[in-house]
Amino acid sequence: MTERMTGAQALVRALEHVGVDTVFGIPGGAILPAYDPLYDSTKVRHVLVRHEQGAGHAAEGYAQATGKVGVCMATSGPGATNLVTPIADAYMDSVPIVAITGQVASKSIGTDAFQEADISGITMPITKHNFLVTDPADIARTIMEAFHIASTGRPGPVLVDIAKDALQAETTFSWPPTMQLPGYRPVTRPHSKQIREAAKLIAEARRPVLYVGGGVHKARASEELIRLAELTRIPVVTTLMARGTFPDSHPQHMGMPGMHGSVSAVGALQQADLLIGLGVRFDDRVTGQLSTFAPYAKVVHADIDPAEISKNRHADVPIVGDCKEVIGDLIAAVEAAGVQGDYDEWWTILNGYKQTYPLGYEEFEDGSLAPQYVMERLSAIVGPDAYYVAGVGQHQMWASQFVRYERPGRFINSGGAGTMGFAVPAAMGAKMGRPDDVVWAIDGDGCFQMTNQELATCALEGVPVKIAVINNGNLGMVRQWQTLFYDQRYSNTDLQATRRIPDFVKLAEAYGCVGLRCERPEDVDATIKKAMEINDVPVVVDFVVHQDAMVWPMVAAGTSNDDIKIARDMAPKWESDDE
Amino acid sequence: MSRHTLSVLVENKPGVLARVSALFSRRGFNIDSLAVGPTEHDDISRMTIVVSVEELPLEQVTKQLNKLVNVLKIVELDTSQSVQRELMLIKVKADADSRSHVLELVQLFRARCVDVAADAVTIEVTGTPDKLEAFVKVLEPFGIKELVQSGMVAIGRGARSITDRSLRALDRTA
Repeated sequence: MTERMTGAQALVRALEHVGVDTVFGIPGGAILPAYDPLYDSTKVRHVLVRHEQGAGHAAEGYAQATGKVGVCMATSGPGATNLVTPIADAYMDSVPIVAITGQVASKSIGTDAFQEADISGITMPITKHNFLVTDPADIARTIMEAFHIASTGRPGPVLVDIAKDALQAETTFSWPPTMQLPGYRPVTRPHSKQIREAAKLIAEARRPVLYVGGGVHKARASEELIRLAELTRIPVVTTLMARGTFPDSHPQHMGMPGMHGSVSAVGALQQADLLIGLGVRFDDRVTGQLSTFAPYAKVVHADIDPAEISKNRHADVPIVGDCKEVIGDLIAAVEAAGVQGDYDEWWTILNGYKQTYPLGYEEFEDGSLAPQYVMERLSAIVGPDAYYVAGVGQHQMWASQFVRYERPGRFINSGGAGTMGFAVPAAMGAKMGRPDDVVWAIDGDGCFQMTNQELATCALEGVPVKIAVINNGNLGMVRQWQTLFYDQRYSNTDLQATRRIPDFVKLAEAYGCVGLRCERPEDVDATIKKAMEINDVPVVVDFVVHQDAMVWPMVAAGTSNDDIKIARDMAPKWESDDE
Repeated sequence: MSRHTLSVLVENKPGVLARVSALFSRRGFNIDSLAVGPTEHDDISRMTIVVSVEELPLEQVTKQLNKLVNVLKIVELDTSQSVQRELMLIKVKADADSRSHVLELVQLFRARCVDVAADAVTIEVTGTPDKLEAFVKVLEPFGIKELVQSGMVAIGRGARSITDRSLRALDRTA
């Protein structure tokens, strides 16, 4: 059925048709026409945030917690440029979001009009695709295309920039429109020959590792992964983006690989003779110095994005496809081959690493709080069903290391971009997508001060997130590098927390949240339990921790994974050292 | 490093050239030559891109280009299996004494004289990059006043067309 309406009405109607229930945004001049019909929509809830960056990260948190496309909206110029950071973040972590921005009237484009910015030009290298719409008749189709592109293939951010006059003009609306994307054909079916080759290598290998990344959960293939691992008895490492995709408690789980990975995970990769990379991109934080990464390993690399395969590390068996289909086919191929690899010796070595070098940390003699202890207690008390949303830095690594993840997608963080300030708005988005689940943001005091304005949004919109601020009074990860690599010259990393500027408890209260403070280990459990009892308003807990706590193990940037340190100047003893 | 000629079929839409060239600069690849123009189909433009890269980075370029939503098809054209041409316009000093020498070279290179003034001629020449380079060299002694050159265009030899399948894809979505 065809109806007459304005471009703005067509936009809201299209959003309703593609199933949008939540939009995070802030109105302004150029996008204003869209906010009028949005006011009447009973299907789309608009959440008025306090900064557009918050809208973007909230859309990311919503998308990652629900698997649906997250939506944010902003006006032209500065409204749109404030979305740049979350769009870049979503691009790096392959998060499906659609950003809708108003643009100045089409006649004014290119004239440096008030609040004009070429946002489609600006976001070209950080979006999967973007559109500039100047004809109201194109709005509905473009929205449908944007959601299709964002959510299929390798997911990612799509920006739709709509000129104000296109929103105001009359057009005809009919649904569904016909998409016009002749150049967009993501491959999801893996090639059967490649699958057979992979199965052959698995049967021949003596030291294989399943190197699992964010693509496996994005394909909703956690169950298949567990089946494949149990069928083959191959050890599993889960990257920062894949924590929980394979349960931490599973005996075949070796931990997280990478710069702050466990010795067992890093050692498994370095000594493997076969890497089965699933939904990974051989990121530099995982590989360390590329030339010495997994030097003995042949590589099977499966990813939905062909450009990732052999980008950093040559793949002996490249597989382009959706991880759910890839793993499903691998299971069938391994079963058909009927050969059980002989990995006993491998397991002896790896279990040795696991027992000798478990993750650990130092307690402080002065009775002050170790941040890792906070993570352990949070994990124990809150449990594996909650969502944990981290910012970027030391607290993020501790959250990855010391919270036990048993279910896929329960750890949401900014991996590729490393965007400080991600946690609070992303936790808000996650909680709105999963209102019945507990959502804990784990944030640093540096990160928290970048985006805590969204506490107002949480309080007013009834989004009872819980926020653990791991407050060491410093830009902790940068400080750690200064400790290790810059002669302890702490240039501009001291946030002077001892002066309590700001006082996070008072700040929380000013925003209509409950503020709690915890400074001693013996108070941690009671504080967490108290926070868990409050379910009507957001809770901020100021965990004041020791500033000298460091993240270990560590592979220093640019060095080989073989040179991992378990503490300062302490290296693990490798099994191969005996030979 | 070796030179590769890529024929890239793209949707004929605003901004596509910017997307392609931005991708090259962002990924750190240099374009030696670029030519864009219409094809036999109104909805499709064709870019001929010459890049100097090793085999492996070329694979990355191609894969990244393929990810652009507006890119329909990429074909690498082998020098021996394709016809490759550039167009050049050259303004050369030529007075009454030297004009006949210049015109002789124009004939030898199967170029054309497109404009004549009292003390200069403008020559149009097409050919492979090697031929154009040779032509410029022989004209240099007379004094080259101005030179402008197109990017390379190239087409595969034989009866097959690289647009056929892309056209079918376009028809399906029309």
